[in-house]
Amino acid sequence: MASIANRIQLAERAGRLNLTWAFVERQTNLWKRYWAWELVWLVYGVVNTLAITFIAEEAEAAGIASDAGALVLFLLLGTLVWAYLSAVLDDISLVITWERWEGTIEHTLMAPVPRALHLIGMSVFGVLHAVVRTLLIFAIAVPFFTVDLDQANWISAALVLAVGSVSVAGLGILAGVLPLLYPERGTQMSFMLQAIILLVSGVYYSVEVLPDWLRVFSYISPATYLLDGIRAAIIDGQGLSGVWDELLILAGFGALLVPGGIAVFAIAERYAKKTGQLKRQG
Amino acid sequence: MSITNTSRPADNAVSSLGDSVNENGRGAMNEIPLAATGITKHFGGDFDARRLIPWRRSQNGRQGRAQVLHDVSFEIRRGEIFGLIGANGSGKSTVIRIFSTLLIQDGGEVRIFGFDAVEQSQKVRALINRVSADPSFFRNMSAFENLLFFGRVYGLTPAEIKRRVPVILGRLGFEYAKATEPMSHLSRGQQQKIAVARSFLTSPVLMLLDEPTTGLDPRSKRDVQAFIREVRAEHDATILLTTHDMEEAELMCDRIAFIAGGRIVAEGTPPELRRRVAGGRPLAEITMETVFMELTGKSIEEDEVMEEVMT
Repeated sequence: MASIANRIQLAERAGRLNLTWAFVERQTNLWKRYWAWELVWLVYGVVNTLAITFIAEEAEAAGIASDAGALVLFLLLGTLVWAYLSAVLDDISLVITWERWEGTIEHTLMAPVPRALHLIGMSVFGVLHAVVRTLLIFAIAVPFFTVDLDQANWISAALVLAVGSVSVAGLGILAGVLPLLYPERGTQMSFMLQAIILLVSGVYYSVEVLPDWLRVFSYISPATYLLDGIRAAIIDGQGLSGVWDELLILAGFGALLVPGGIAVFAIAERYAKKTGQLKRQG
Repeated sequence: MSITNTSRPADNAVSSLGDSVNENGRGAMNEIPLAATGITKHFGGDFDARRLIPWRRSQNGRQGRAQVLHDVSFEIRRGEIFGLIGANGSGKSTVIRIFSTLLIQDGGEVRIFGFDAVEQSQKVRALINRVSADPSFFRNMSAFENLLFFGRVYGLTPAEIKRRVPVILGRLGFEYAKATEPMSHLSRGQQQKIAVARSFLTSPVLMLLDEPTTGLDPRSKRDVQAFIREVRAEHDATILLTTHDMEEAELMCDRIAFIAGGRIVAEGTPPELRRRVAGGRPLAEITMETVFMELTGKSIEEDEVMEEVMT
């Protein structure tokens, strides 16, 4: 056996990137095994995007909307951003649920990996996976509609997405606390969280239509600024200066939600260890 | 091929790191692999608001409190195989979970090579690994993919893992070709061998084996037992083994502690324990089952029934 000192030093010096990548690699291997589910979610994402965006075509046909093209793009971007957001949130919290069911959570939490690297690794996979899935939905859905993307500023949109993803990952880590503490109901609880974000963030409508008391919640949802930034970049063709406010706010959310999420997860982990809740469930 | 880099610890390195950890000695690394002092643990009995909902089982918002460990203390010496023997439900797995940093005790202290298992759990986790009776894996991932992940999170590189896995699996009598199959395609015994491989892959200096041979056929059981002894002999590992199999305990362990009802009721080498109950009888005629029965007042089967009724 390696000496005790060497063993600790090996763990402490293990490359952070290597440790983080271990979680990305594991999730990739898992999703490869569940490719049929991936196909199901892709089809669902495409159908959902089409079903909602066709509402804009109906609005034009019924004479309700004057500029159907803008409404198509508004709804298309809303559904795509929502597909992206929910994929990241699902990925992070479902992994915890999965580990509870398989019983591997004890072995994962026993490994000498700093919790921050563990959670960041899961988030990196969640973001990469969601980007790939959303791009596929986008590529399949766009040909169904006549949309003008000539004015779109893709660099601004990509920057908003990148900065916004940090805060979404923070939300995902917070959502991951639920299945850690409540193995049976945690996933349902995280769906509730997603539903609230969907309601208040202006995914399919502008937040201005919300009642005042409900609109307050839109200000504290990072999804609101992510959607505003993406729409400003793609529909209005805003450059960096035009999405600067959204970028700053999203960066602020990220700086708060990621360390906050990791800290809350660590507190929840300690509570679970005190009350004996890590034992295999399911 | 060796599964580890060095055969004996560099004691100078150990003491210098220990000094750097804490000059006062508290929290410093030392040569005692495991020292448990006055461990107590209960489950339930804490206030739970959900219990106030009428249709839930409720007694003033409190569940029944079960004290599962009472003042458990023992020490394991470097390089020994220490057996913790008791019936199902006697507290063995709770003890192992506490040592594994997966459960926090209510009272008492656990030190692993001098590090506090609660406050210095990150350092402790680098030194230990665990095999449980229930081999938990990602069932749809292959055995190798599982081992790859669990090796990487201990800081091993993929190249090191690829080098070590066939060696360990070979020594456990596991056909390496099957390592690419999903875990769900493997038999219970094969899964348990992968669980043993997962733990030894990371070269722990303290191995916590919680009924590692449960559910194995006689040949697989012998393979695993031989591997454990081999690793201890060749690689300076210290091993805590829990079992309710008296034959296995006697065969494997240098020292044994009996646990019943969450209490350590006796501790010693197998000959010492026999002498305690011999009363003039030849030691060769006294089995560990007899020793357990006389020291705890009941057979291990009776104790299991009692514990099941209590829990």
